[in-house]
Amino acid sequence: MISEHTVKAFDEDITRLRGLITEMGGLAETALEGALDALIRGDEVLAERIVADDRKLDALESEVDRLAVKIIALRAPMADDLREVIAALKIAGVVERIGDYAKNIAKRVGRIEGRTRFEPLTLLPAMADVAAEMVHDVLTAYAARDAALAREVIAQDKKVDAFYNSIFRNLVSHMVENPATISSAAQLLFVARNIERIGDHATNVAEMVYFAATGDYPLDEEEN
Amino acid sequence: MHKPLTFPWAGVIIATCSVFLLMLAGIGVGYALAVWLVWTLTLWITQPDEQRAEPDPRPEGISRARLAEMIENAYSPLLLVDRKRVVIANGSARKLLGHHVVGQDIRVALRHPRAIALLDSEDHGEAIVTGLVRRKDVWRVSRYAIDDRSSVVELVSKTAESDISRAHTDFVANASHELRTPLSSIIGYVETLSENPEDIDQATARKFLDTIHREAQRLQNLVSDLMSLSRVEAEKHDRPEQPVPLNALVERAAREGAGPNRIERLAFEASEEFEVLGDPQQLEQLVRNLVDNALKYGREGTPVTVRLSESALGEAKLEVEDRGDGIEAEHLPHLTRRFYRTDPGRSRQSGGTGLGLAIVKHIVERHHGRLDIDSEVGRGTIVTVRLPRLGKSRPAPDAVLERFARTAQPDSISDEPDRLS
Repeated sequence: MISEHTVKAFDEDITRLRGLITEMGGLAETALEGALDALIRGDEVLAERIVADDRKLDALESEVDRLAVKIIALRAPMADDLREVIAALKIAGVVERIGDYAKNIAKRVGRIEGRTRFEPLTLLPAMADVAAEMVHDVLTAYAARDAALAREVIAQDKKVDAFYNSIFRNLVSHMVENPATISSAAQLLFVARNIERIGDHATNVAEMVYFAATGDYPLDEEEN
Repeated sequence: MHKPLTFPWAGVIIATCSVFLLMLAGIGVGYALAVWLVWTLTLWITQPDEQRAEPDPRPEGISRARLAEMIENAYSPLLLVDRKRVVIANGSARKLLGHHVVGQDIRVALRHPRAIALLDSEDHGEAIVTGLVRRKDVWRVSRYAIDDRSSVVELVSKTAESDISRAHTDFVANASHELRTPLSSIIGYVETLSENPEDIDQATARKFLDTIHREAQRLQNLVSDLMSLSRVEAEKHDRPEQPVPLNALVERAAREGAGPNRIERLAFEASEEFEVLGDPQQLEQLVRNLVDNALKYGREGTPVTVRLSESALGEAKLEVEDRGDGIEAEHLPHLTRRFYRTDPGRSRQSGGTGLGLAIVKHIVERHHGRLDIDSEVGRGTIVTVRLPRLGKSRPAPDAVLERFARTAQPDSISDEPDRLS
């Protein structure tokens, strides 16, 4: 797809851009895993570290922005090169959002009381597992320019939505039965919502990966 | 150590010419000869040692192409990184991380923050990294700096070790509850029967004994399912390597799973012959469990279809379809969890242990396949298992192959496809 360019520096820039994006992805992925870990174990120290680490992600995003703008301004890329740069710009923004959601989950760790009693707390990790899997796969798809894997990620989003609905119902009935825990349960509702959004964002990235690889947008119809 | 010195032709000629000129200038022949003698002799004294003068015919360093050949067949994945770019990835590294990593930024291959921090440092070092390929993987990444530009990165899998401890705690927590329930009812009935046997009439005793028998049977099923689950789990990281013809195996196992009483409800369809790498016993168990579930939860008298076809990605696709009540969408994500039941009473009644799908999931994972469950309430459920076909690797995107072919040195890395994946 991206053949060697006459201007060698262009190749180097693109490689660096891809490296930066995957580095951001790695950070977002670990932030998500860590936030869930902190939530389940009530580990506020870990949660604080995740909140602090989000700054690195922000710094990387602006580095991607600068580099992408520089590439466009200096090298005036065409066709698939342009697609690659535009996709990188967009993906960086979305990955940064995923990191923000993880940070938001980490921020809520201190506000949940009596975590052992909550049944939804046993469902959330399973939901987060699917979302984290999506984030992981979509980054692998980006690294490998694998359109087929990107499609699989898009198909996974249904699972996260199903989880969200079941957790939502679960939490609402829990709140009705135990009004004392409403404030904690409401926090969990937000956590579930954040995870659901992360799934949506992973789907977005998958669409962009698909676009960067093929030049088409994935169709909605399911394969086989 | 002294080697025969070469004759210093140039020096001798210059000396001779100079002496000749001296003679022309009117110097005496005796003087001139003396000068010539001294001159030529000094040529031998000052001639540098031949060994030092000529470059070593065998250079100390080896070429990159040779290095690539040397590490190509190493067991652990190895990467040679030159200024943050992967320049060489050996066979197992390409298999693990994908062909696309060659020529890419190292961060594309290893994106975990700890790995990136390690690669940014100047020194040797190692880091434990999770989620390198699959999400729960654990790998030790070691970096050996060669000089200020290049370094070698070695990857060692630590997944198996970290899994063992977690599996143990899970097992105890889940199993103790399930084992205790039938045991307590067995003990309860036995106590009643033995403490006041004269108060119990024949019919009641019969009923109690039946219950005890049923609960003991359940306990036995549970123990054997737990055994197979832990066996699959113990082996889950070594991928089976035996070629298995799938069609015959699926048909046989489906018949076994159905048993003589329900065999009429079973239908088998296959589009072509499939062969996969697998463990025949485990694959049979997979089919048996799926068929048993489908017959159990499908409506009485409705058919269960077992279908083999090729998936869109060229894998072998096994579908087991029933026409039953279906499963509500909110249960779908949890079905493969151990001891998860959509309707506890009904499942226990039909003799389910709650482990069938967990076993199926582990078997599928061990075979590097995928498991999907689709269900519609009122219409039925389709369980789909996709397994990579033998000899047909998943088609890599053309672009990747093309790019790899371009970046690979023609004399360094042979671009042969992986045999197993």
